[in-house]
Amino acid sequence: MSYSVELHQVGMTFGATRAVDDVTFIVEGGEFFSILGPSGCGKTTILRMIAGFLQPTEGRILIGGRDMAGLGPNQRPTAMIFQSLALFPLMPVWENIAFGLEARGASKAERRRKADELLKLIALEGFGDRMPGELSGGQRQRVAIARALAVEPQVLLLDEPLSALDLKLRQHMRAELRALQKRTGVTFIYITHDQSEALAMSDRIAVMSAGVLQQVGAPRDLYDNPATPFVATFVGETNAISGKVMAVENGIASVETGLGVLRGRAGPGVSAGQGAKLYVRPEALVPGAGGDNTLSASIERIDFEGAFALAHGRFDDGAALIASIPSTDLSSAPEIGSRASFGFASSHAVVLPDG
Amino acid sequence: MAELYRRFGGGLATVFVGLVFLWLAGMVLAPNVMMIDYALRPNLPPAQVGGPDDVYSLDNILYLAKEGVHRAIFFKTVWASAFVAFATFVVCYPLAYWLAQHATPGQLGIALLALTIPFWINEVLRTLAWYILLAFRGPLNAALLGIGIIDQPVRWYGNAGVLAGMVYAYILFMLFPIYNSIESLEKAQIEAARDLGASTWRIHWRVVMPHAKAGIATGCVFTFMLAAGSYVAPALLGAPGSRWFTEIIYNWFFEGGDWNRGAAYALVLLVLCLVVVLATLKLARVNLTDVAK
Repeated sequence: MSYSVELHQVGMTFGATRAVDDVTFIVEGGEFFSILGPSGCGKTTILRMIAGFLQPTEGRILIGGRDMAGLGPNQRPTAMIFQSLALFPLMPVWENIAFGLEARGASKAERRRKADELLKLIALEGFGDRMPGELSGGQRQRVAIARALAVEPQVLLLDEPLSALDLKLRQHMRAELRALQKRTGVTFIYITHDQSEALAMSDRIAVMSAGVLQQVGAPRDLYDNPATPFVATFVGETNAISGKVMAVENGIASVETGLGVLRGRAGPGVSAGQGAKLYVRPEALVPGAGGDNTLSASIERIDFEGAFALAHGRFDDGAALIASIPSTDLSSAPEIGSRASFGFASSHAVVLPDG
Repeated sequence: MAELYRRFGGGLATVFVGLVFLWLAGMVLAPNVMMIDYALRPNLPPAQVGGPDDVYSLDNILYLAKEGVHRAIFFKTVWASAFVAFATFVVCYPLAYWLAQHATPGQLGIALLALTIPFWINEVLRTLAWYILLAFRGPLNAALLGIGIIDQPVRWYGNAGVLAGMVYAYILFMLFPIYNSIESLEKAQIEAARDLGASTWRIHWRVVMPHAKAGIATGCVFTFMLAAGSYVAPALLGAPGSRWFTEIIYNWFFEGGDWNRGAAYALVLLVLCLVVVLATLKLARVNLTDVAK
């Protein structure tokens, strides 16, 4: 079992900037764990603190149960894959991969053997004597992973390594990363601002905003049960309808909105009398009246996306509507310019207090 | 060339080309051809110049080969200049690395200003400052005596003085090329090397220095040439035991009155510098055009 990574009340202040504030989470050994957030949310700072490039100004970081305070990046059982990959352009591929072993004093034969072994693992056999500049983006990506794995780290830290690749390659590399993680059993901590990437690959995700940890959970859990308005809007698309909580009964909150009374599952901290928003996913809205709640909106445009179409419109209170309609049901889609009704089940909506 | 004519038209382009040609011919080619001409002819009284004895020969150059003291000073100048280049590199590399990778913009500005200000002053005066600093009863000896590191004043003039004066005089020629080349190194590469467990020494040897190779070679070539052709530092800070080859050349011209032999010596120094420059670039696999940048 690979090492776990624990952050306890970790904070980081750069001058007057509070980059990370009181973050606590535990990454289990062997887990694929993502940290998701917009740029500037502190996710890279967290990764660099785990790697040892930065020392937190508060709190403790434990890797494999051992306190990492004061240890540099070369003394930690972690290896990092940089956003730019940071391959050494003047060394052939095999020397790049074996660089960590060279630093540990391994013989040349030993280094070459290990490099060839890893080249096999990343399906780049026979590429050892090429220079990094002669490889394609995806190949360089894999070399960077092999270089990090060569030092047999307990924890692999990945700083948006796929962001420079085109969409097709990115999707392919996602699957490859995931498979590699399962095969090696190494704990992966993956940084990304791309929510679909995080949802697709991760065992669990930590969502960050403005240096504050918003929620930690499995992808499904974050999507279905967002704990904060930020998570509700950042992870996946959603409709947000403002109102005031009238009552909470059996976990269902009734919200008085400009569109009438709507009901949804009560999120954490919801109580009667509060200002709140009801969040409902585009795919939960079913054209036509029905379900526990009914909304009506004017349709402004319909974007065909392939598997589904997205209907964009406006509610009577001016808020934006977005509803997804499976392509197989497009015949029942509302007309552009018309008023249309959508129904949704209360169990598909979440009510969260205004933060 | 065709591009030049297309862009500026026949008249202006011809003027440009003519000026460049004039510059090359008048300032570069003519003096060197004259030096070679002088070097290959015997030193004769004015009446015999152009007479039957005025024939080309290698006598002046062969004189250097046979003259033991001059030959020794020549070789000493060669390796001492190489040592000056090395010492300047040792002084400049850490500073260049710090400036390029770690200094804040404010620190960088202050450091560059501090390094550049002394160069607003003439080289002779700067060397004279070292002359005062290193004097037998000067401030350096006084300070060292005061701290108790030495119990007798040291005679710095000589090899130590020349080395100090030259390293100081050529710092910028070494610093800027190295700084420029290290500055373009992506920080993540240094971090990646460190993350993979490399020691500071290995990071520099395997990542930073290979990246900065062109800059290092450029700095070393500049410094070597300047040191080999230096006159002020050895003349002011030297001692009879630390004579520089340029001083011998000077003596042939202004004291020995034998311009031909002086020209021959200068020619040998020029050829040596060329050989060292080309060999260094070849060894470092750097093009001359990289150096020019």
